[in-house]
Amino acid sequence: MESMKVQSVTPNDLPWKITYDAHRCTLCGSCVSACSFRAIEAKVERRRLIFSENEFPEPQTRFSAVPVIRQVKSVKNYCRGCGICEKVCPNDAIRPQRNPDSRHPIVTRCLGGDSIKRGGRKNLESAVRTLDKLRVGRISQMTDPSLDAQRHTFDMLAPFGRILPPKKLPLGISPAGLLETTGSTPPVRWIYPVIIGDMSIGALSWRMWEAVAMAVAYLNEECGLPVRMCSGEGGVPVRLLKSRYLKYMILQIASGHFGWNRIANAMPQMVEDPAGVLIKIGQGAKPGDGGLLMAQKVAEHIQAIRGVPKTDLLSPPNHQGLYSIEESVQKMFLSFNAAFKFRVPVAIKVAASATSVSVFNNLVRDPYNIVGGFFLDGIDGGTGAAHEVSLDHTGHPIVSKLRDCYLAAVNQGRQGQIPLWAAGGLGKTGDLAADAFKMICLGANGVFTGKLILQMAGCVGNDQGRCNACNTGLCPVGITTQEPPLVKRLDPERVAQNIVNYFLAMDQEFKKLMAPIGNSSLPVGRADALVSTDAAVADRLQIQYVC
Amino acid sequence: MCRIGAIKSLDYVHPSRALQLMQSQQKGHDNSGFAMVMHDLGGIFEDYKNLPTLSMAASDEGVKRAEDILHQAGFQRVMQWVPETNAQPDLDINAMPNYVFETFDYPKFYRHAPQKEKEELLLDIRLQLRAALEPNEEGFVYSFWPDVVTLKEIGDPRDIGTYFHLWEADDKFTARVITAQCRQNTNYDIVRYAAHPFHLQGYTALANGENTFYLKNVEFQRKLHRGYIGFESDSQCFLYSLHYVHRELGWPLRYFKHVVTPLPFADIENREDAGQLKAIRQSLGHLEINGPNTIIGVLPDNTLFTCCDAKKLRPIVVGRTADTVVFSSEVCGINEILPDRDWQTDIYPHEREVVAIDGNLEVQRWNQ
Repeated sequence: MESMKVQSVTPNDLPWKITYDAHRCTLCGSCVSACSFRAIEAKVERRRLIFSENEFPEPQTRFSAVPVIRQVKSVKNYCRGCGICEKVCPNDAIRPQRNPDSRHPIVTRCLGGDSIKRGGRKNLESAVRTLDKLRVGRISQMTDPSLDAQRHTFDMLAPFGRILPPKKLPLGISPAGLLETTGSTPPVRWIYPVIIGDMSIGALSWRMWEAVAMAVAYLNEECGLPVRMCSGEGGVPVRLLKSRYLKYMILQIASGHFGWNRIANAMPQMVEDPAGVLIKIGQGAKPGDGGLLMAQKVAEHIQAIRGVPKTDLLSPPNHQGLYSIEESVQKMFLSFNAAFKFRVPVAIKVAASATSVSVFNNLVRDPYNIVGGFFLDGIDGGTGAAHEVSLDHTGHPIVSKLRDCYLAAVNQGRQGQIPLWAAGGLGKTGDLAADAFKMICLGANGVFTGKLILQMAGCVGNDQGRCNACNTGLCPVGITTQEPPLVKRLDPERVAQNIVNYFLAMDQEFKKLMAPIGNSSLPVGRADALVSTDAAVADRLQIQYVC
Repeated sequence: MCRIGAIKSLDYVHPSRALQLMQSQQKGHDNSGFAMVMHDLGGIFEDYKNLPTLSMAASDEGVKRAEDILHQAGFQRVMQWVPETNAQPDLDINAMPNYVFETFDYPKFYRHAPQKEKEELLLDIRLQLRAALEPNEEGFVYSFWPDVVTLKEIGDPRDIGTYFHLWEADDKFTARVITAQCRQNTNYDIVRYAAHPFHLQGYTALANGENTFYLKNVEFQRKLHRGYIGFESDSQCFLYSLHYVHRELGWPLRYFKHVVTPLPFADIENREDAGQLKAIRQSLGHLEINGPNTIIGVLPDNTLFTCCDAKKLRPIVVGRTADTVVFSSEVCGINEILPDRDWQTDIYPHEREVVAIDGNLEVQRWNQ
């Protein structure tokens, strides 16, 4: 007898096992054709059937070949648990099941000799989120009336742009005794306090990217919510660059400089200024690890927009030309401010880190007044491709870091001068209004979100390792793929509608949070509105501990 | 809820009028204290309008410590007034041993200094006195400023009036502007410093309400100016914002309103002065107030003004005759002391308005 091969990969080594019921299966083939990972295949099984045809039992045996659906035993085409097979099966005959005995992290490394890459998010189990340990606990009662979320008006906008200290404002008194402007100030845009965060055209399918852009235009033009979208690193379609909708876009530049050739070339034809420029230094989900667009996602239109051949596109983990914060301020900020003739605010995005406060202090003391925002990105978010070790083991939570930066500004009397925008797992539980509101009370001017937008679109991934295949270009719901058959699974109108509706719901929920604390404009830094039932959290964030 | 009131008159007015103004509203406040700031002084202070008067309540040790400091700094006392007190045992007053109202001449080397320098000196000295008297609560230094006196005490305002003989009008202790309020800081600890009106460098402010942006205001104001200290009450923030906007930035009074209750962005966009208003809202966003409030303020030129929160959640009425203007939380206060006025000329300021009364009692109303 041939000895068994211990090293062979079996479904039990993989993170998900396919549960299949041959009796219910009609062999329609929908699941196999729908599985973008080719993790299941049609096979023929030899089956033994015992039967009796007489009045008294006379068992006979018959062998037959039966077509069935089987899981592929491969670390390349393994099941990601996306559940598309279950979704398309008319008879509930198949579904993925989480395998608690998975040896996938070991087997994959052993077989591949390469680090594991995947998409998405941090998957290591974590305790209860800090934000869920905070409550909006300062409720207006007898001392001051709470407002009425339905009846009162609320002014919920956040600044994007460098704000001057009051004594530096170029204001003089006119002969009529009114203030008049005697000089220029840095550009500041007042926008909705939730920015749709930087997901590139390339990371996203063209339909997904277009759907987000459509939603943003609709929110602005039909709903009166000045929501902005950041392009991500990877350029913008030229048609959009030359359209009036450019004013809703924040253009991102990162270390790969992808897409900026086209942006620069389109400048003479721009009819509107972009909403802003965001210089990405790092991102929270994989700090210290640059962006990664695998060759399989670099489709023809991506090559055209970015001006690159079909190859793995890596944004280096740092900007090659920069060696210090001071230099970045002088070189990058100045050049991008100058590019749009100082009409467009330029902000910076960095990964939250133990050193964030130092970086922030350095920028807030910048004598040129040209840093228009500090975007601080913590772990728990992320949508792109990265090495698993980076996703799971590097990074810094956002909540205390944002608070530290705000308090650093308070200590210098410089709060609000460089608007603070925070991200990193916000809206993870589906309730972005609550998370954003708490971050604002802790000192954020606003928040940005990416992952949640994908979930609004129909992303089936989660933090327990479901799907997380954004890197493969095989996104089963057409969000992070450039494969035409997969992209066509996504209905951009429906996606845009979902995003618009979510924002409208969130807008109401913001009011429901502002009304009870008696505020009609955003309570930036109003940490007195928050309480925590966790003494350590309360102490760390300098808020009231309650029990 | 507080009740606040103010009187501005062409003639000198005795504080008994302020007590009457407030007493008629006593159901609305909780009778836990009495505080007033008087500007443009008459009576015994009339001849010393350019010299600073110290208003202080202190122990014997406190008085000595304060006088030593002033003496060391070169100030020379030119006048002292100690109010006669009526220490009946049944009065509800938590009195300090001494109430000191002393007028000083400037140190010799300051006498010809620019006004601005003198003003900074007076603030520095007051802060120094306050710090020196803080240990063991040896004393409370309320104001040290020309032509201004402050009196604050804990207790029933009627009894406080009796204790200081304030119910009996005379022509020794008078002023053309009196702001008053009858409530200690009952929401929090009872601290003498927490009772408004508050005074800083010629500016006085008092408020009826709850400033829900207190923390935002405080965290910002602490770094703006050395005189912005204490913060025993959320209403102090209004004084500091007023001082900052009007004195430090040098902006006209109407911009104080734009700072504390900025217009909604949608309204700003449609204005000719959108650029200035946006700049103000941006750079002074942390001085915005929220929550229900009515503010009464006095400027160094003795202009008296009032404005409200952006949703008009607290009342204020302005009543007037030819020689007197009265601000009051409730109209019954005005009825009490100006019974014969034409009530049809009363002004009920709206949420976007500043009503200011100048030296000739001319009423100016600015819409935001």
